[in-house]
Amino acid sequence: MSEIYKDLVEIVGEKYVSNQKEELYFYSRDPGLEQSHEPEYVVAPKTVEQIQKIVKLANKDHTPLVPMGAALSLTGLVIPLKGGIVIDMKRMKKILKVNENARSVLVEGGTSQGVLKSYLERNYPNLRHSAPDAPPASTIAANVAIHGLGRLAQQYGFNSDMVTGLEVVLPNGVICKIGSCSMSPDWFSKGPTLPDLSGLFLGWLGTTGIISKVGLKLYPKKRMRDVEIFVTDKADLVPEILFRLTHTEMVEDISVWFQEKPIMFQGNHHVNIYLTGDTEEELEFKRKMIWDSLKEIRGNKDGGFMWVMPQMKPDLLASPQKSIVGFADLKKGGGVEYAGPIVLSDRYPVYAKRLQDTANKYQIAYSGAARVIGRNHALMFAFVFTFNRADPDMMGRVKKALKELAAFSFDHGGIPWKPTIDEQKMAIERIDTDTINLMKIVKQNLDPNGIMNPGNWEVD
Amino acid sequence: MEYEEIAHRCFRCGYCKFTDDYQDFNCPSYVKFEFDTYAAGGRMWLINAWLNNEITTNKHYAEILYSCVTCGNCEKQCALEIKDDLLNIFEAAKSELVSEGLIPPPVRDYFKAISINGNPYKEPQNERGKWAEGTDIQTFSDQEYLFYVGDVGSYDEGGKKMAKFVGVLLKEIGLSIGILGNEEKSDGNDVKALGEKWLFQQLAEDNIRKFNEMGVKKIITLDPHAFNAFTNDYPKLGGNYEVWHYTQILAMLIKNKKIPISEYRVKVTYHDPCYLGRHNDVYNAPREILENIPGLELMEMNRNRENAFCCGGGGGNFFTDILGVGEESPSRIRVREALDTGAEILAVACPLCSKMLDDAVKAEGLEEKIKVQDVAEIVKQGFKI
Repeated sequence: MSEIYKDLVEIVGEKYVSNQKEELYFYSRDPGLEQSHEPEYVVAPKTVEQIQKIVKLANKDHTPLVPMGAALSLTGLVIPLKGGIVIDMKRMKKILKVNENARSVLVEGGTSQGVLKSYLERNYPNLRHSAPDAPPASTIAANVAIHGLGRLAQQYGFNSDMVTGLEVVLPNGVICKIGSCSMSPDWFSKGPTLPDLSGLFLGWLGTTGIISKVGLKLYPKKRMRDVEIFVTDKADLVPEILFRLTHTEMVEDISVWFQEKPIMFQGNHHVNIYLTGDTEEELEFKRKMIWDSLKEIRGNKDGGFMWVMPQMKPDLLASPQKSIVGFADLKKGGGVEYAGPIVLSDRYPVYAKRLQDTANKYQIAYSGAARVIGRNHALMFAFVFTFNRADPDMMGRVKKALKELAAFSFDHGGIPWKPTIDEQKMAIERIDTDTINLMKIVKQNLDPNGIMNPGNWEVD
Repeated sequence: MEYEEIAHRCFRCGYCKFTDDYQDFNCPSYVKFEFDTYAAGGRMWLINAWLNNEITTNKHYAEILYSCVTCGNCEKQCALEIKDDLLNIFEAAKSELVSEGLIPPPVRDYFKAISINGNPYKEPQNERGKWAEGTDIQTFSDQEYLFYVGDVGSYDEGGKKMAKFVGVLLKEIGLSIGILGNEEKSDGNDVKALGEKWLFQQLAEDNIRKFNEMGVKKIITLDPHAFNAFTNDYPKLGGNYEVWHYTQILAMLIKNKKIPISEYRVKVTYHDPCYLGRHNDVYNAPREILENIPGLELMEMNRNRENAFCCGGGGGNFFTDILGVGEESPSRIRVREALDTGAEILAVACPLCSKMLDDAVKAEGLEEKIKVQDVAEIVKQGFKI
């Protein structure tokens, strides 16, 4: 038995350390297409002190550490590329505090989106968080660490913009508080008016520390919610539609989707417009504003509102939308992956066209999706492909297509979201040299032994 | 392996771990062990890896497969088309381990006990009917219903008490029932869940032959596990009977005012047995019984009906105990959840749940605060006769 195994057992207890083949196999991969790589150990801590001890242990002989939530980025961000220890954070799942008046919550680093959503529904029915469309097992901390997006992205931006503070175990084992919580008992600001240090961790994909607590903004939850779907067969019109809709400031969430099958959807671009209200009057007022904003386009017969069948609504209004996972099995193979660059919405038409062309080139089933971030400040555009896990050839074609589309998107103004290793490399080639040098300084100073999720954002 | 053509279709999204409102993890083995390998998605990926020769069978792999208590939560919550076959896939994978002889020792011992003794307790067959001593319940001849009690109802002390309560109650309310007594055999439900399909087939065929020879047409079961086997598996082998769980019969009779019940002032929460609830959609009957007892206040646990958290005794784990003991064992978690409702009684409708939860109450030191009682025993408290 290795020394490190004994030490890990000493820290978390034998039950929560594994070096068995089964755990090493499972924790060596995620549901996407990235190459697997086995860790030497998987460990599941329960407290921040245990994480601290693990980090100190790893520093002794520079053992890589990979903090993991639910491994649902699909882009291999928690694959232990250089072996070492995978830290499964999900035992740290406590919801520590809700401040109803200040609309915020403090959770441990392994708390799942689903558990928080359900907890708020049962205990604070007038509050909500910006739940992503990812499955409910995905964790809050991992989501902000990748600049995740949720249902409130159009109103309030990236989920990482909603952070009110962090507790982070630094790569040297120091437990560090970030934001107002660093000098106050209250978690209400991740930075301002202090120097905003949250940027040292948000978006770094776990390469600069392990997030052990997250403070998160909550938002009013209206009593009613509905959805309208505006359809156009002109991709060129989508940016204008989004501009008009965001101008109303009446919309909760806007997403766009298009796909080739079933045939009734082919050639159309569907804009899902979610609206909320505390009363029928509020809802109807917003609906009228939304309809009026697209009056001209409707008048020109360039698009119109689709009749949303009542039986479609529960699924469309569900959060998370379980049927999205069903899409993974379209090819009877349980696989889906997407590249999701962030870009200005005026690139929507060229991205959409390129997705269709690339799918045709590789003969793979596609779907396009986009979510508006802010008041049309940006768009997450997802190039989505399903694949059959039992068909290596199809998996290879999907991987090539995704890589090609990521490169295309970066060449047309986009930046990567939760990038694969290949996308990170492409991004590093394109990021300004001085910016890369700054990233290097940050990384080298925070993690001189290079133990944190090595292989990712590797700017050396 | 059976079902191998669909074993690769799991996305490992994790829906299978949750209740339908995501309030908590609801997969007993995942809750106990807390590595993803112990959830349904983990098992799916490991089985697929085994089929692709990426991993080989070993003790740990077997422990992971056998830690599944077949509660069926994953099948209810899975987001994919393959959801209805998840337990079939796990059963098939366990069958492969049985064929290879790589099963955990407690599972081997369970199979051996059943094949040699006809019951997992290694007790003599001629003591199987002892639970009915002192009652006037007769051996089945031409009665309307066969009252089938199963292994736990026949040999476990708590199970025997429950069998007696239910049997006597059914007699007292005038139902025509008979039992097999020392002639009864294991129903095989958990043998099948543990992957010993040949032993299951043998047990089922023997039972079907006996039932048919005796002219059995209608069966009332004490045990939801037997109810499941008779309802869903025996018909595939030619055994077609009208099968009732005793709570369904009681609910029907209470609804038709055939059972006079007096007031019983007590706060009760009800634990849904997986093989009655999730496996067979019987959620209302036990509740209808309790709700019809004047003065009884039924308080639901957060996780109830389709979202009920298993006691940990399903899928043979009652006998094999792969999940083991400790504060995080499902039965102890469930008892704490029951206590949170403010109930004084944790009502059960399964002899396995009864034993698991009763032991958990003792382990938690809660004997003064909550007690585990079978639905029939509660009915009996308010029974006027």
